[in-house]
Amino acid sequence: MTAVTCIELCKTYRQGDQEIKALDHASIDIGEGGFVCLSAPSGGGKTTLLNAIGGLDIPDSGEVWIAGKRIDNLGKGELANLRLHKIGYVFQAYNLVPVLSARENVEFVMQVQGVPAGQRAEKSMAILKEVGLQGLEDRRPAEMSGGQQQRVAVARAIVSRPALVLADEPTANLDSKTSDALMELFVQLNKTHGTTFVIATHDQRVMGYAKRLIKMLDGRIVDDIDQQAA
Amino acid sequence: MNIVLRLAWRNLWRYPRRTWLTTGAMIFSNVLLVFMISIQIGTYGLMIDNTLEALTGHLQIQAPGYKDDLKMRQVVPDAISLAASVREGLNLQTVSARGAAFALASSEDRSYGIQVLGVEPMFEPGVSSLPGLTKEGRYLDDANAAEIVIGSVLARNLRVSIGGELTLLGSGRDGSIAAGIVTVVGVFHGGNKELDRGIAEVPIGYFEDTFDMQGAAHQIVINAGDYSKTEQLVQQANALLPADSKLVVHDWNALQPGLRQAIQADMGSAIFMYAVLVVLVAFSVLNTQLMSVLERTREFGIVMALGLTPGRLGRLVMLETALMGLVGLVMGSVLGGIVTSLFTVKGIYVPGMEEMAGQFNLPSRMYPQVSALTLIAGPGIVFLFTLLAAIYPAMRLHWLQPVAAMRAA
Ligand SMILES: Nc1ncnc2c1ncn2[C@@H]1O[C@H](COP(=O)(O)OP(=O)(O)O)[C@@H](O)[C@H]1O
Ligand SMILES: [Mg+2]
Repeated sequence: MTAVTCIELCKTYRQGDQEIKALDHASIDIGEGGFVCLSAPSGGGKTTLLNAIGGLDIPDSGEVWIAGKRIDNLGKGELANLRLHKIGYVFQAYNLVPVLSARENVEFVMQVQGVPAGQRAEKSMAILKEVGLQGLEDRRPAEMSGGQQQRVAVARAIVSRPALVLADEPTANLDSKTSDALMELFVQLNKTHGTTFVIATHDQRVMGYAKRLIKMLDGRIVDDIDQQAA
Repeated sequence: MNIVLRLAWRNLWRYPRRTWLTTGAMIFSNVLLVFMISIQIGTYGLMIDNTLEALTGHLQIQAPGYKDDLKMRQVVPDAISLAASVREGLNLQTVSARGAAFALASSEDRSYGIQVLGVEPMFEPGVSSLPGLTKEGRYLDDANAAEIVIGSVLARNLRVSIGGELTLLGSGRDGSIAAGIVTVVGVFHGGNKELDRGIAEVPIGYFEDTFDMQGAAHQIVINAGDYSKTEQLVQQANALLPADSKLVVHDWNALQPGLRQAIQADMGSAIFMYAVLVVLVAFSVLNTQLMSVLERTREFGIVMALGLTPGRLGRLVMLETALMGLVGLVMGSVLGGIVTSLFTVKGIYVPGMEEMAGQFNLPSRMYPQVSALTLIAGPGIVFLFTLLAAIYPAMRLHWLQPVAAMRAA
């Protein structure tokens, strides 16, 4: 079974009288346990594609399938449920809840899922340590650097071990050392848990970690490279 | 703690000044409502008691039908002994028998139609304030004397003073002509024009003779002391009536329908004022919550993208409002209760109330009455409308698109 299948996705935005094709008949197929980088210059349609895969945005035409289930025709509630239980999302901007501490932000999704408190605390402390934020658990987002906030966002996305992680430029605000650490964490999760990763980036470093590199331009898929063979 | 509750609480303190302003508006209006409703209830109580204590009493025993057309022959037989047994049965001294007749009262040069009441001099002071308000001369003391006490306006109209004589002309119980000559021994100042102009009192023994009552009278008047005890006394009095009698017990509501109407009219205008206050608070809440929802568009986009449903977020907004409302409710009730209690003893001067005060025998100071009802009614309604006002901001979340919301700066 494939983790993600997109068939002929189209999405057009209108700005004034100008039409922008954010997705132009984009089709991809990602197997379970895939570790894929989406690379495109800014405005190439990476975020739009990730949003379509995550059920955050409905494409104008085409189909999206997640783990064998078509999702582009689901209702809001079902999509919310899918995101809550199946998908970990790292947004382009770090997007933490400002009134919650780092640990509470990480626990947030688990709490909504109904995970018991003890388990929640254990998991969130462990994951924050793993992303190198030990000791900062009680800080609010405003009291952390951009890089630290981004790591909290990553911790929040992977803490409940979703089958699919979508990350939109996760290293955009990180220095190279932290970027490497983060990517190694992703690789390790991919290896040990078989988590599928789809990472949008224009960071060469990040692309280096991918098993597969999909290149986009103006909403079209222009190249698909298997990097494992190389 | 529940995550939504925790989020709600922290969100409120994100802008403490705004939260306090909104909550402050609730507290202020709740204090005001508690105070005003307490005064209102207190005033109504006084108004009822004072009006009824003038003459009518809180309840009366009468012949059926008497209340509506006051016919001489619709009598309470053996009234004095019935009054005595009621007094004993209720274990209440403020019970008195009364006869009532219409008569023409004439002095040397003038005549006026008045209502002559035959009263028990010993017990009448317990059911009416008029004996106590007899400041010129004295009140009646002999149950059989040919004496009369009249209202101050009537005295002026008839041009009589203490010691003067009046001729009474009316009809007796059986329709025959009744007439007598009485000496004015006292003049009362009831403070109410109708009483002072149209009422005169004679001893019940003299009344019986003059109007040929054969031991009967028309009313057994009972003063309950406090209008809230009326209902209970009506039941007890009913049980005391002789089994074969057709007599009925009327409460003050039946005896003086105008009183309740006056209260209802006053309540109507007060409720309008309260409604304006409540609507103002509701709009302030609507404004605050709408602003806070709009401000958090991006944040709400994130948590929706993480998988929180709009319904759950809506509950968050409602919960934030409920928390504010609860603080407003508790603080408003407590503060309102404290402030109002300060005035329950000293009373408060209410400008513009003099006219009503005169009409209903009220003192010019108002004494608020604090009770569970006055503490909760106003603040409870404010709380309810606060929640209603938050429904629209909460509903808006259903139209929120997470992607668009997250793009919002
Ligand atoms: N909500 C929107 N309204 C208008 N234009 C949009 C909207 N979202 C994306 N776009 C446009 O669609 C194109 C693709 O955007 P995006 O997917 O964000 O690219 P990337 O993530 O690769 O930078 C861009 O030209 C962007 O301006
Ligand atoms: Mg992007």
